[in-house]
Amino acid sequence: MALHDRDRIFTNLYGLQEWQLPAAQRRGNWDGTGTILGKGRDWIIEEMKNSGLRGRGGAGFPTGLKWSFMPKQASERPHYLVVNADESEPGTCKDRDIIRHDPHALIEGCLIAGFAMGAHAGYIYIRGEYYNESRVLEAAIEEAYAAGLLGANASGSGWGFDLHVHRGAGAYICGEETALIESLEGKKGMPRLKPPFPAAVGLYGCPTTVNNVETIAVVPTILRRGAGWFAQFGRPKNSGTKIFCIQGHVNTPCNVEEEMSIPLRELIERHAGGVRGGWDNLLCVIPGGSSTPLLPKHICDDVLMDFDALREHRSALGTAGVIVMDKSTDIVRAIARLSKFYKHESCGQCTPCREGMGWVSRMMERMVEGRADISEIDVLEDVTRRIEGHTICALADGGVWPVQGLIRHFRPVMEERIAAYKAARALPMAAE
Amino acid sequence: MNVEQPTHFAFDESSEAEINKTIAHYPAGKQASAVIPLLYVVQRQMGRATGSAWVPKVAMDVVAERLSMPPIRVYEVATFYFMFNMKPIGRHHLQLCGTTPCMLRGSDDVARACRDAAGIGVGQTSADGMFTLTEVECLGACVNAPVLQVDDDYFEDLDYNRTVALIEVLKRGEKPNPGSSIGRRASAPEGGPLTLLDAWLDVGGQG
Repeated sequence: MALHDRDRIFTNLYGLQEWQLPAAQRRGNWDGTGTILGKGRDWIIEEMKNSGLRGRGGAGFPTGLKWSFMPKQASERPHYLVVNADESEPGTCKDRDIIRHDPHALIEGCLIAGFAMGAHAGYIYIRGEYYNESRVLEAAIEEAYAAGLLGANASGSGWGFDLHVHRGAGAYICGEETALIESLEGKKGMPRLKPPFPAAVGLYGCPTTVNNVETIAVVPTILRRGAGWFAQFGRPKNSGTKIFCIQGHVNTPCNVEEEMSIPLRELIERHAGGVRGGWDNLLCVIPGGSSTPLLPKHICDDVLMDFDALREHRSALGTAGVIVMDKSTDIVRAIARLSKFYKHESCGQCTPCREGMGWVSRMMERMVEGRADISEIDVLEDVTRRIEGHTICALADGGVWPVQGLIRHFRPVMEERIAAYKAARALPMAAE
Repeated sequence: MNVEQPTHFAFDESSEAEINKTIAHYPAGKQASAVIPLLYVVQRQMGRATGSAWVPKVAMDVVAERLSMPPIRVYEVATFYFMFNMKPIGRHHLQLCGTTPCMLRGSDDVARACRDAAGIGVGQTSADGMFTLTEVECLGACVNAPVLQVDDDYFEDLDYNRTVALIEVLKRGEKPNPGSSIGRRASAPEGGPLTLLDAWLDVGGQG
């Protein structure tokens, strides 16, 4: 049973209607925002906890719980809401649609989330490449100010809230929350050691919560329709609706908002026209953006798209960027290209990542050719284990997981490649 | 930075207006936050003034002075982030996404089309100063892969022929239409949306 249109939060996902305020209000945005704020900070956080919403940026941390970490008492240090719109995980393009087609869902969510964490200011950090999207967002914020929805007495609530847009400049690492904060402060995007966590020491040394765009943008609808409405979708602890980005070797790639825990096969066949050449032509799927290990076809046959089901198969829901690969794919090359990505995006702060990502990438280039020894597959696997968990942030973990997934599920392909390379070079010798 | 550097840089009127608006977004004393925005202002002004959008060293010094930062901090930022061009580039910056989602959908063909039509390989600038081709990492438009970013705009769902046609339009000095090159509506599936079709959406709110 697929999600009904009436239960979709992003009703302008494809931009079939205008993004501007009057159209957004007709879609239900900014409906009774002041009343929601009037119910108080504790009610909002409790309702968010009950909704079961888990962060939509990749890590899946419970949103209500995260907000509750912010100090309860105001001090001389202001609180900040920071929205992570640095969408850069390969395979992910959902926040872009929210920003360009439904910006008021995000802006209203910022006000509510900011209020709930005691913040009078919010910054939306948007990746630099999304220039046109940032212009839409800035214009939508101006509309909200002009209508009294933001500003000194935002939406008539008595709460003052200012919202700013800050463009990044092309660095995947700034999607990591502490690197994002560093970048927002005008520095290189290098992650900070935690603790202290941003809720204690974040932007400008002040209490800060960083949330993904989709996480914030679903908040107003959840509070309007009730935690129970949101929680009815998906399996327990995997609640809600979610935007999936279905791409690669499918007949009709698209973004779609669906119910959590939808079977992967149903998601692909119902919304993306199925796998190119039919389901049996499927090789594997990367289920949640580039960092999540691939799943071979036999797992894809019946796996559910949620946090827990994918973790059982040693992968993850991540950002729900579903990268489909059919049997024509050179799977070693596909993963090697991801290794090149992580090498390029390493900030260089931690040695295991700075040196390790380059080493893994060079090794993977040899694996693409087969110019290696079979025993080097084990060396490669071993090195990824020595990198994993030994760095300040998770970039290196995300960089080695795809390689581990490749070795776990496609080792015979790598071995064949190596054997073929050796054989091709042995032949001329034999002919002499 | 082994390139010929100008000896002078000053913000023009339009840049000054943008700078004042930008700095106001950050708390007093935290104006260093405006370093990335100001480097964008520099790059854009260079594009307007010289046809090549890049960040010369002397301009970084001007940014440092304006934000009361040591120049080295500005150099660090400018060189850390990929979108700042540390040497002159062509009038149009072709930014080819080559990451796996685009690779699976034919970014190799888009690269070949750029080479054939613009006459340059990755990292090169055409002799007439018209184009620079850069391979970039995931642009975040993966369901519309393969993607080529030209200056500020995304061109999506490309193949070899449509990429050649796009570059020909640029060569003629015309402005091509950004977005899907096969007429798709944003990220909706080809052939039209399969969801968000309920009639009530046209009039109603959310519940």
